[in-house]
Amino acid sequence: MDLQILLLLGQDGITNGAIYALLALALVLVFAVTRVIFIPQGEFVAYGALTLASLQAGKVPGTIWLLVGLGATIAVLDGFQLLREKRYAKLPPLLIFNVGLPLLAAAGLFAIPPTELPLWLQVVIAMLLVVPLGPMIYRLAFQPLANASVLVLLIVSVAVHVALIGLGLLFFGAEGSRTPPFTEISFELAGAPLQGQTVLVVVASAALIIGLYFFFERTIYGKALRATAMNRTGARLMGIPPALAGKLCLTLAAAIGAFSGILIAPITTIYYDSGFLIGLKGFVGAIIGGLASYPVAALGAILVGLLESYSSFYASAFKEVIVFTLIIPVLLWRSLTSKHVEEEEE
Amino acid sequence: MSKKLALAVLAAFSAAAFADINVGVSVSATGPAASLGIPEKNTIALLPASIGGQKVNYIVLDDATDPTAAAKNIKKLISENKVDVVIGSSTTPNSLAMMDVAVDNETPMISMAGSAIVVEPMDAKRHWVFKTAQNDAHMATAIVQHMTDKGVQNVAFIGFADAYGEGWYKEFAKIAEARKLKIVASERYQRNDTSVTGQILKIMAAKPDAIMVGGAGTPAVLPQKALKEKGYKGLIYQTHGVANNDFLRVGGKDVEGAFLPVGPMVIANQLPNDNPVKKSALEYVNKYEAAYGKGSVSSFGGHAWDAGVLLGSAIPVALKKAKPGSVEFRRALRDAIEGTKNLPAAHGIFNLTPNDHQGYDQRARVMATIENNAWKLVK
Repeated sequence: MDLQILLLLGQDGITNGAIYALLALALVLVFAVTRVIFIPQGEFVAYGALTLASLQAGKVPGTIWLLVGLGATIAVLDGFQLLREKRYAKLPPLLIFNVGLPLLAAAGLFAIPPTELPLWLQVVIAMLLVVPLGPMIYRLAFQPLANASVLVLLIVSVAVHVALIGLGLLFFGAEGSRTPPFTEISFELAGAPLQGQTVLVVVASAALIIGLYFFFERTIYGKALRATAMNRTGARLMGIPPALAGKLCLTLAAAIGAFSGILIAPITTIYYDSGFLIGLKGFVGAIIGGLASYPVAALGAILVGLLESYSSFYASAFKEVIVFTLIIPVLLWRSLTSKHVEEEEE
Repeated sequence: MSKKLALAVLAAFSAAAFADINVGVSVSATGPAASLGIPEKNTIALLPASIGGQKVNYIVLDDATDPTAAAKNIKKLISENKVDVVIGSSTTPNSLAMMDVAVDNETPMISMAGSAIVVEPMDAKRHWVFKTAQNDAHMATAIVQHMTDKGVQNVAFIGFADAYGEGWYKEFAKIAEARKLKIVASERYQRNDTSVTGQILKIMAAKPDAIMVGGAGTPAVLPQKALKEKGYKGLIYQTHGVANNDFLRVGGKDVEGAFLPVGPMVIANQLPNDNPVKKSALEYVNKYEAAYGKGSVSSFGGHAWDAGVLLGSAIPVALKKAKPGSVEFRRALRDAIEGTKNLPAAHGIFNLTPNDHQGYDQRARVMATIENNAWKLVK
């Protein structure tokens, strides 16, 4: 192996690692705030990429039907609740957000052929179609069980994952898609060719991570999420509604997932079920961070990316085995060093 | 008394129901092999509604690319639907899982899977099993032949890290060795990998004249794209498993110039008029495209069609010997399929023997290349 190969592998590992890092952060965030081990995180990646791909193919992405369906279900559930409590003033915003906007989006998609729009606008539309799924899924699947045990939440999480995969097959078909690159530029770095898109992935991921840092440190919503992550009951006593915190962090998770999907769609082919494996590698990173530490999770995810890249060179047939075996020494070390904290009782 | 009457009525009804021929179908319409199962399922809908003057019922079940579900499907088809013959499944593991049930119930089974292991070696079990997809060895010979014609000496292999990739590597290595081709590198990757940079760098360091990609469907694009990106200039070969339009859609300009063997059906209208398969292949292509739109046809649906073609010729023969719904009919049907001679189908000409339950020869494959984002016959 010469220096050029070493550099190319490192570059490839960091690119993948950057995406895993984003997903690891989302997983840590969702777990800290809601105690949900969010298996469907990867599905947002696939949905983001495939929604953009179907927009570019001039098809109305199936995501819109999921959005309309989930929105209508929520409107019915919450609408009855509001009627029973006679809080009529809250009805219009509920209907506008959950039924009006998705229907408007659907009408818009049918009226304007998305193929003629510029790329950035297609990206925005794809994000608008996928991101609201996050809070909607939280409302329907997790909010009613907010106080259940981690195990129950995990089971629901797996169920959501299976449902989303099935719907993904229905919406996007069995074969994969790839989108054109955002930039065709390529240049040389220390004798190794470097694609502009690869740089874009790393830069965008880094920017997003910095953005998340400022969100948590500087904004009231970020602080509310951190407070909920530290102590749910305490945060509630301070006037932070847990349902809002849950929806907010799922919105963030969906945004991070969809954005990652849009970033990597030009580099690789995305299938309706690709998300799971990508999410799982982010999960390994999150586990290295003990599902608690953001920086360690991000570094762990980059480590996963690098390990994957180098092991694909040395022993391609055993690549996945090597990557997932990483979790064993990490768990051993975790169980030997960490103090066990009893889960809070409600 | 009323009980006896009820029984009599029931018997009369079931006798009436048994007069039809029941064909059970299990395809992988969902799951990882969905791109195979969906066109197969679509094709079943185009099969004739009556054969030899008898009404034919097709009962289609989905096995979600899961061998356990496939075995469950065939049990259900045999015990509840009383089928006379089973078509399925799309993949090799699923077909193997179904085999035991088919034999126990003496029901002929026509698989659409690729690996030769489904019908070889011929034993008591495989006595009941037939297969309509070309064996991998069949296709690998065509590739090796093309390589030696082009003067290739060193070749590298990159394929799926699963049964498909392994199967191809074994067949390919065996034939390549016999023809004095040297395999200088052999790498694996997963279907849903996002990057194959490591493997490609290793392969390119070995400087092969040609690279064989042992993948199927759109995941086979990834290595070829990575090779183009890293500036590989040699020949690139793909397997017949990529011959669907999604491969072209996802591959775009990156897959231009790849060589692959295909069933003649894929490029039916480019075949010379004296090609014996042209007419029967076009029949299927036209029928499928009339139903599902221009350019929608894929090689996999052809295997389901060919299962229908086999039945279309065997059922009239079997009907002379026994009534549908009986074990005698199933036995007669099995014998009739095995006796198929010179039957043109979408992928080739069937000539089955007690030792060959696949039945295709050289006419069941042609070399193609990708030119201007379309399949082109290599003359």
